[in-house]
Amino acid sequence: MRRYTSSAALVAALAALSLLTLTYGQIALPLADTLGALTGAQSTDLARQIVLDIRLPRVAAAIIAGGALGMAGVLMQALFRNPVADAWSLGLLAGGQLGVALTVTAAAFAGPAAVSFLTFFEGPSITLAAAAGVAIAAFVMLAVGRRVGAITLLVIGLMLGFTSQGLTSVLLHFAARAGGRVYGGWQDASFAGVAPEALPWLALPIVIGICAAVATAKPLSSLLLGETYARSLGVRVTSLRHAVLAATVLLVAPVVAFCGPVSFVGLIAPHFARALAGTARILPLLPLAGLGGALLALAGDAIIHAPWEQHFLHLNAILAIVGAPVVILILIFSPAVRQWR
Amino acid sequence: MLDLQSLAVGYRNARGVVLSGIDLAAAPGDFVCILGRNGSGKSTLMRTIAGLQPSLDGIVLLDGEVVASMRPATRARRIAVVLTERRLNPGLRVDDVIALARQPFTDWQGGLADDDRAAIADAVAVTGIEPFLRRFFSDLSDGERQRVMIARALAQTPHLMVLDEITAFLDLPSRVEIMALLRSQARENRQIVLLSSHDLDLSLQLSDSVWLLDGEGGFSVGTPDALSRSGALGGAFDTDAIRFSPADGRFEIKTSGPA
Repeated sequence: MRRYTSSAALVAALAALSLLTLTYGQIALPLADTLGALTGAQSTDLARQIVLDIRLPRVAAAIIAGGALGMAGVLMQALFRNPVADAWSLGLLAGGQLGVALTVTAAAFAGPAAVSFLTFFEGPSITLAAAAGVAIAAFVMLAVGRRVGAITLLVIGLMLGFTSQGLTSVLLHFAARAGGRVYGGWQDASFAGVAPEALPWLALPIVIGICAAVATAKPLSSLLLGETYARSLGVRVTSLRHAVLAATVLLVAPVVAFCGPVSFVGLIAPHFARALAGTARILPLLPLAGLGGALLALAGDAIIHAPWEQHFLHLNAILAIVGAPVVILILIFSPAVRQWR
Repeated sequence: MLDLQSLAVGYRNARGVVLSGIDLAAAPGDFVCILGRNGSGKSTLMRTIAGLQPSLDGIVLLDGEVVASMRPATRARRIAVVLTERRLNPGLRVDDVIALARQPFTDWQGGLADDDRAAIADAVAVTGIEPFLRRFFSDLSDGERQRVMIARALAQTPHLMVLDEITAFLDLPSRVEIMALLRSQARENRQIVLLSSHDLDLSLQLSDSVWLLDGEGGFSVGTPDALSRSGALGGAFDTDAIRFSPADGRFEIKTSGPA
């Protein structure tokens, strides 16, 4: 029961925060105008344009990406048997960035035709490039994870992430010199850069990824007992690992491609979900972690888009200010990670 | 009914064959102890019987079916294991651990039906773990953890339970308690219970039959009495420092030099 009341409360909070985010910003809109623009009823042209073209895509991107990262965090923490695993901390997001950077650089050096091809099919091609990078990073971390402890794996993941991000920065620098700015984004994570027509490309792989996550939830719960126990419960562990990895890539790659390396959301959301659900079984955690991740991402977005004077704050700065202390508290106080210290 | 027919167990690597030519059987209700020193092949044998490792030759039959060719889901409904491995994921609570035993029986969501809940309630009751159902597994003591894992195996309602050195970390009263519990469960539920142990005294007192591995690829089988009288126990465990005394039914320390 607690699961359903928690979910309902999270949905309500998400709806309220969405509405709030739609009304305020550099130009504050009356709630009536905002609702009018959303429902297609009477509203001013300005309100309609601001709400539908600018703020709604941003809010939608934050909810979709945050939800995807939260659910991917649940999958990864179970798969890696690591309470601080998520797509960001284990370098999967940075791997995805590197994948995109390599593709963009290759296109820039191949010539204008390749660049215009890439620009024309920006949605799918950038997502595919990110998916390749995420998948490779995930395979590497899975191989490393079998040899080292949980905290060592975290450190290696962070280091791998820094390496990938450094390479990405250098590659994009040369790509810009060779072929103009093909892909400008991502010195920081942001939900504001997602154009309305890009939203389906963000959402579609994530929806498939959610289906895959739900389908693997039962055997993945068995894997919480360890590999041998999982096999004794009838789980085919190797194919399960591949399926969970595929789900993770589907959830994470579009987020990297369109929103950049959104930090901490996927790491924290599963811990809140476990506390709310009172269980570590995967299926009940997925909706709670998804909603929690969406709420966290949207809250971060709401803070940076508050009417500060003349400039926006950086999303990852806000997420780090909130997220890093929470991770420290989890590492020190959470009974769930006591045995890993 | 468990039947091992000319079974050879081991690894397809440098370790090679550990035991071969094993022909053994156990009937429902039997409490069988597998004894042997470290490295004598107890774990390899048990993993092979449980279908967690392929055999090198021969077959394991459970109720007339070859374990190695069962579908994983079918095997999981008939065979439960308890291992020394205690590294479960963080955040697992005791009730989660036990509920996971029912996964071979549930639908794709893993939701519990009435008979699942009944099996869980029975297992919780006989193992007496009710007081810590809501605690984190990682917060339990070694004895409590083993009791939870045994409850988990019982909740799986298997025909065969395979328990590998589960008493190794326990103090004497807990060991007695757990082995007596397993014995009575075997009798009541008509299950076959295979338990490997270093614990000679207790195993000899409680088991219906003993499979004794001598550490050199040989093995002998019999009731505890027969094995201790025949000298097989001495052959498997005697060292320069201790020897088995058939008369007393226990080990004694050899005194150095003539008395």
